Amino acid sequence: MTINKVRALGAAIAAIALATAACGGASTAPGSAGPTDAAAACAAGTTKIEVQSWWTTGGEATGLQKLFDQFNKDNPTLCAYNAAIAGGAGTAAQAVIKSRTLAGNPPDTFQVHMGHELLDTYVNISAGSVLSPLDSSIIDPSKFPAGVVSIISGSDGKVYTVPVNIHRANELWYNKKVFTDNNLTPPKTWADFKTVADALKAKNITPLALGDNGIWATGMVFETILIGELGANGFNGLWTGATKWTDPKVTDALTTLKMVLGYVNTDHSSLSWDQANQLVIDGKAGMTIMGDWANGDYVAKKFADYGWAPAPGNDGIYQALADSFPLPAKAPDQDAVKKLLTFMASQVGQDIFNPYKGSIPARIDAGQAVSGVLAYNDYQKSAMVDWKSDTVVPSMEHGAAAAPAWKSAVEAALTTFVTGGDVAATQTALVAAATAAGH
Amino acid sequence: MRRLSRDRIVSIALLMPAVLAIGVFVYGMIGWSLWVSLSKANDLSFDMRLNGLANYIAVFNNIRFQLDLRNTVVFTICFVGASLVIGLLLANLLDRRIRGEAFFRSLFLFPLAISFIVTGVVWKWLLTPSAGVNILFGLDQATNRWFTDPTVLHIAADSDAGRFMASIGLGGLASSEFGIPIALMSLVIAAVWQMSGFVMALYLAALRGIPDELREAARVDGASEWQLFRRVILPLLAPVTVTAVIILGHISLKIYDLQQAMTKQGPGFATDFPASYMWQTAFNDNEFAKGAAVGIVMLVLVATLIVPYLIWNRRQDVTR
Repeated sequence: MTINKVRALGAAIAAIALATAACGGASTAPGSAGPTDAAAACAAGTTKIEVQSWWTTGGEATGLQKLFDQFNKDNPTLCAYNAAIAGGAGTAAQAVIKSRTLAGNPPDTFQVHMGHELLDTYVNISAGSVLSPLDSSIIDPSKFPAGVVSIISGSDGKVYTVPVNIHRANELWYNKKVFTDNNLTPPKTWADFKTVADALKAKNITPLALGDNGIWATGMVFETILIGELGANGFNGLWTGATKWTDPKVTDALTTLKMVLGYVNTDHSSLSWDQANQLVIDGKAGMTIMGDWANGDYVAKKFADYGWAPAPGNDGIYQALADSFPLPAKAPDQDAVKKLLTFMASQVGQDIFNPYKGSIPARIDAGQAVSGVLAYNDYQKSAMVDWKSDTVVPSMEHGAAAAPAWKSAVEAALTTFVTGGDVAATQTALVAAATAAGH
Repeated sequence: MRRLSRDRIVSIALLMPAVLAIGVFVYGMIGWSLWVSLSKANDLSFDMRLNGLANYIAVFNNIRFQLDLRNTVVFTICFVGASLVIGLLLANLLDRRIRGEAFFRSLFLFPLAISFIVTGVVWKWLLTPSAGVNILFGLDQATNRWFTDPTVLHIAADSDAGRFMASIGLGGLASSEFGIPIALMSLVIAAVWQMSGFVMALYLAALRGIPDELREAARVDGASEWQLFRRVILPLLAPVTVTAVIILGHISLKIYDLQQAMTKQGPGFATDFPASYMWQTAFNDNEFAKGAAVGIVMLVLVATLIVPYLIWNRRQDVTR
């Protein structure tokens, strides 16, 4: 074989490799088309309502299906179905929804977090809203808490989306057996937390389980600390410009976060939130701070020996996030979608969906048993009581308090903080993030 | 005008679909991305008016992107270097015409058939500190933290070397922003595992193509085995090495799937890459123009590698 032939062979192998590498890259791109099987379930002759979500499995998909079942029964000419796209905790679905909206071909309605993720993406943008406002025949604002109405309304004061549920973000979950064995009670302040954490550490138990392979779990802990330091008004002010990020209390919050990060599992950057939750279930960790979807995780894993309390310093404040469904201005059949949204905003619709989802209804007059539907569990009942009495603040990590770009900038600052621990530099980065977001 | 022959018309007709497809979906999209990257399209209203280099300036000022570039450089050097060395070693071992050569050749080549996603998941399991190799070999979980290790090896600013660098005006290099993240090495291991067999195949084909007469001639001239390898074989492997560097290099510069499956952004962005930053900026944060700017930067990085190779390849063709 001559040298040239060798070169030719090498080039051939190289060409094949390049081709396969290219294919490999393409086939793994996120956001590939979602399943449309659900549409096939619709009877011929019905008007299909495509609802794009990232709920593919578990109680959330079941809850949505139950809601659709009732709606489709009440409206025989309509057929709502879940065009779900899996992956990346919703990021894959969100990318598809944005692309379709940009292209002028949006789904009939879609899942979006209430708050700034909705407002700054679809409503208060320079081109004007790509969504239609909802009048009070679809959603009656007087039936929802003021804290919710303010973050589902655009800068023009009109309501733009229907929140179907409420999750609480600022909750502390703990293993009851671990706590009784060590004569501990859930910490009420961050000073208490240190005492409890030291006691657990002395027993070789990880005090706080953390799974931040996406940084947001750390972001949630930071938010609860900020709420504790600043109170509800001060915390809300961070996102409106009323509270400056240069505030010494933000410095204190970062110092507290640094203290708290000293008590977490060392492999936190490799775990997801539910893997961290598993440490609590196994008794390897005493506590975790997570949204109340953790409750659904305990129920699913048939673990009963868990307790909950507001995160330290968060008593009386309900940090909320919600999934909601808006009306795209270019949705093909506006009247059909309006009917569905009206049902989603109703007491019955909310009470069908939420027991399965593990959340509570956003409506203040909901929370009633519906025949043939799963009953609310103890956690949900206690959360509904808090929901009616507590002050509501939005969650930054879950799209309610800040626009996505601001959230990313905060997360970037926290990512370097988790490893570097530089309080001053991180505060500077947080100030810069707020400035970039226009505050 | 000269009449087109029938053959010519047919050949043009056959080529057109491919030319059109590539023109629209490759070069058209590159042009579109370039325009978006220079525009104000940083929310869903997609304002396409030009905005100068603002997006590029913003992106390069972003600490995450700076760390991503660091990671890309470190990862590329380690991954390409290790793959070449291991591939060359394996090829030389197999070239001894050992028993079961076909078996080993397939064994080393098999990882190439797996997608980076699968590789990522498997190596994630293997290198998770509380599982995998730490349990298998009884390693201490607290010290063998693999991809959860936040350490970044760098020259300390207050060390002798750091002070020396400061004295010659390079003090800025003595920081973790120019360090080597330990966590990144887990990704290197996984990527090398996948690609070194492929490099071996390239080298093996090249070794088999070296005529025995050359080896004989060298031996007759009294060359030792090492001299034979160093002075005769290795120079003949140079073209294959260039090819391998190009292929591995462009994979490395665009790496996304392996990192997403295995480590995500890692502790302190230790395993973050421009591709994931681009995805998040464009599709999570709605900052399409900034995302496009990152994409163009990546394109330029790959082009600096590929374009000289294409020119070199073309010259080879002409001289042949």
